Amino acid sequence: MTSVAAVHTLWTMADGAAGSPLAPDGPGRIPAPHIEYAQLAPTLIVLGAAVLAVLVEAFWPRRGRYYAQVLLSVVALAAAFAAVIGLAAGGFGTTKAHIAAMGALAVDGPALFLQGTILLVSLIAIFTFAERRLDPAAHGRPVDSFAAQGAAVPGGEAEKAAVKAGFTTTEVFPLALFAIGGMLVFPAANDLLTLFVALEVFSLPLYILCALARRQRLLSQESAVKYFLLGAFSSAFLLFGVALLYGYAGTVTYAGIAEVVSDGAKQIDPALADTMGNDALLLIGGALVVMGLLFKVGAVPFHMWTPDVYQGAPTPVTGFMAAATKVAAFGALLRLLYVALPGLRWDWRPVMWGVAILTMLAGAVIALTQTDVKRLLAYSSIAHAGFILAGVIATSRNGISSVLFYLLAYSFVTLGAFAVVTLVRDAGGEATHLSKWAGLGRRSPLVAAVFAVFLLAFAGIPLTSGFAGKFAVFKAAAESGAGWLVVIGVLSSAVAAFFYIRVIVLMFFNEPKADGPTVAVPSPLTMTAIAVGVVVTLVLGLAPQYFLDLAGQAGVFVR
Amino acid sequence: MSFPLLTATAAVPAIGAVATAAVPAAKRTAAKWLALLFSLATLALALVIAVRFDPGAKGPFQLSESHAWIADFGVRYELGVDGISVALIALTALLIPFVILAGWHDADALDHDNANRRWRPTQGLFALILAVEAMVILSFEATDVFLFYIFFEAMLIPMYFLIGGFGDRAGTHDATEGAARRSSAAVKFLLYNLAGGLIMLAAVIGLYAVTADQLGTGTFSLSQIVQARAAGELTMGAGTERLLFLGFFFAFAVKAPLWPLHTWLPGAMGESTAPIAVLITAVVDKVGTFAMLRFCLQLFPEASKWATPVILVLALISILYGALLAVAQRDIKRLVAYASISHFGFIILGIFAMTSQGQSGATLYMVNHGISTAALMLVAGFLITRRGSRLIADYGGVQKVAPVLAGTFLIGGLATLSLPGLAPFVSEFLVLVGTFSRYPVIGIIATVGIVLAALYVLVLYQRTMTGPVRAEVQGMPDLKARELVVVAPLIALLLFLGVYPKPLTSIVNPAVDHTLSVVDRQDPKPDVRVNAEPHEAGSDRDAEAAK
Repeated sequence: MTSVAAVHTLWTMADGAAGSPLAPDGPGRIPAPHIEYAQLAPTLIVLGAAVLAVLVEAFWPRRGRYYAQVLLSVVALAAAFAAVIGLAAGGFGTTKAHIAAMGALAVDGPALFLQGTILLVSLIAIFTFAERRLDPAAHGRPVDSFAAQGAAVPGGEAEKAAVKAGFTTTEVFPLALFAIGGMLVFPAANDLLTLFVALEVFSLPLYILCALARRQRLLSQESAVKYFLLGAFSSAFLLFGVALLYGYAGTVTYAGIAEVVSDGAKQIDPALADTMGNDALLLIGGALVVMGLLFKVGAVPFHMWTPDVYQGAPTPVTGFMAAATKVAAFGALLRLLYVALPGLRWDWRPVMWGVAILTMLAGAVIALTQTDVKRLLAYSSIAHAGFILAGVIATSRNGISSVLFYLLAYSFVTLGAFAVVTLVRDAGGEATHLSKWAGLGRRSPLVAAVFAVFLLAFAGIPLTSGFAGKFAVFKAAAESGAGWLVVIGVLSSAVAAFFYIRVIVLMFFNEPKADGPTVAVPSPLTMTAIAVGVVVTLVLGLAPQYFLDLAGQAGVFVR
Repeated sequence: MSFPLLTATAAVPAIGAVATAAVPAAKRTAAKWLALLFSLATLALALVIAVRFDPGAKGPFQLSESHAWIADFGVRYELGVDGISVALIALTALLIPFVILAGWHDADALDHDNANRRWRPTQGLFALILAVEAMVILSFEATDVFLFYIFFEAMLIPMYFLIGGFGDRAGTHDATEGAARRSSAAVKFLLYNLAGGLIMLAAVIGLYAVTADQLGTGTFSLSQIVQARAAGELTMGAGTERLLFLGFFFAFAVKAPLWPLHTWLPGAMGESTAPIAVLITAVVDKVGTFAMLRFCLQLFPEASKWATPVILVLALISILYGALLAVAQRDIKRLVAYASISHFGFIILGIFAMTSQGQSGATLYMVNHGISTAALMLVAGFLITRRGSRLIADYGGVQKVAPVLAGTFLIGGLATLSLPGLAPFVSEFLVLVGTFSRYPVIGIIATVGIVLAALYVLVLYQRTMTGPVRAEVQGMPDLKARELVVVAPLIALLLFLGVYPKPLTSIVNPAVDHTLSVVDRQDPKPDVRVNAEPHEAGSDRDAEAAK
């Protein structure tokens, strides 16, 4: 009965006991929270646009809906990016960095840098979402990569009717906007509840997006179910960890947890008298929360969903997910480890060492046996998660800025690579089996060369952004004394290089097959996406200093 | 600010590569001439470097350029040349026009059965050659370790496409089989070198961590690190220094290549066309031995001395193993490849003997081996194109049908076996003397390599050129004008440098002395100097007697 009484005390205390901050207004009156709307503008713009997009979906005539949605998404993302730039120029990334929205969100360098990256990447990803020239027109109407009607049973009458009527799933745009909104909050979340809410806000739309492929719908739906089930598990773990950490610290804010970790609990909350300051809760809770984040990052042993989901999801969604989710999730992981749990680093660093090594090696080695481009890129993304973890482990300012830089470099390469995958097609849609890519360099040298540039960047060949990023994280790791991690990192890069090179061999040195795929000519949308990917890859490879400076200035978390 | 001569020398071929690649598909011949023009312009600039370079000047590097690049990584765009780099830049710039001329028609067949107008093999071939040239020159010029590393690694990519995309079509009955063999050779080349490079990357990062730790700011500047070491501001623990040394050395030993890391070379040279094989062995591989001299010895002098015994033994094994396998080869190009492995053994022997003769000899050896292998390999390439086979057994009596071809082949071969009077003799002799003065036993065993060289070269000549004229060889045309233009200057150079090596030695010697002073090694017998002609004349007789 004591526990029930304790809970009761908790509520009564909040309700109007003397000394409570709510007391002056009397019981039952909750003051409006103080929200810095201007500083949260990027997130608010995107989420507002998402709500607007739902209304468009409901009321706009079907004929013009596609154009309205594309325009709305692009304008919203561009405006949000402009807001990020404005905040950064206003010094919110450095001197004016602080915690906004009653302690829920941080407005600081890493948050702004990652939000800017996510917005840019999403803007490019929206271009690939909107691409309508790759699939042959159905009944005289241009179609995109998404199912005519998500609710129609694959192969059923309803689907045929939907295709005949020329439906397209314009819902993907509001869904993407909601996901982007969640991703913007995720790396800025400064308490565990906001973290969890943001996770759900960006995950749920992604599950739906994964199920919406126009071709191979069953595979796509299967991937969505797998992603959803495993994602739900990881969310549950994360939530459980949040509960345990609350039990340990008596608060869900990062700063509060960090304080309890370093100084011990000063004021024991009577409701939590049995649990506060109990290290077992801290360790288990911390591990569960980190596990939830490592799942989103795709680190071994929480990577199982990656290949199936990457393969089954519509390729534009895969590209978006692979690039933006990774940025958001690493941002959140960094903030959690650096702001909430720095006092625990002697505990989490060895574990992260193990995870990083496993992730690098498993990603690189399993990728060797893949025969599908999208699965190959999935395992490559796992290996890259391992490289980024090497920077996370550094626990230094250089570690933060190197991870920020790596994420910027990596996300554009990934997006570009998946955009190229959408171009290579045969009668059954995208030809993702590697054997079909043989001799692509002879048929369409330009597309093959562009893909080769992305592969070389993945492999970390000098003069590409991949090399600068890899060098930055390994340098940070080496400076923090993780020399052997670096050695394992370069060895797994050597393994990884092998399978990237194998694709290049296939494209350039193998004779093209007679019934091989053709390269579709995309609209300027996808072309822009690919061109931006190439330009960013080369610029970050040749002259990375400006962006390293940016990441360096952004490399301080606000507490 | 003075004219950035070093940058320009690398920029000209880089611009040439872009320009050549941009030539429309129909204008194949124009692309060839454009590439040749750019390579000649590069040669002219390289000669300007050689003239402007003052061997007597103080300081390790001349014509230096230095600009900020990636401050976060402590990386600067720093170029500079010493005598060794001048010699090797000149060699590179000299050989590329011949490589282009010799490969004039190598992509024609590809272009012929090419229905797709967007795929432009000819433009691709020459653009890639120029790209390799630009990167090789930059890696000879870079005095910043990171900058060097970037070009050292990046040059693998165009090289890889050259090997895999334009391979030798002689001797393969079936196009797919040939393609498979070529691509596997290319992949092997890339994987070996990439693995070496990545291990070096770990060492490069380690070097940064050490300098950042001790100097406050991390740096990759070679001269800054050498100065800091001399001043005692930078001290590495023996263990750290050795690990870093091994990381660097591993990459260079793969590139050079040193036994047992050599196995990629015979495949890569065998499967690529003769001009590309020349590019690999005479130009690109030199970056490996050059980097041993410039980076391994100067950055890690103590570790270099520590590793010397093992490296000398490996070099010795390379010399003998390469020569023995060359004797056993049935394929002309693979024979030259194994001969090159043997020669790289000599170069590494000379470098790590740590005597001024040894290192001067090694540097001259790099240049001379480049010229002599180019001569031998390119003539062999002409021969193989005519007959369509790489097997020694498919030839016989070529001498009677194509005497000029046979004659030039013989001179190239004799240079390879270091006949006195031809350039390689001088360098091989210096290496042996330099080694002998410090390590007599190793010097004596290495001499066996010369005997074996005579065996594989002369047996090759005898089997292909002499004897009864085989039916398939009947009517083989002799060297054409273009081919003579390629071969004649190389042979003239071999003769000239064989008789009068002073222009080279006078450039190289101060740089070698500087390297040795950094390593803190004195010659055992300081009175033997390289450019003392009378002494050399006398030693010629010794060497002949030794044979």
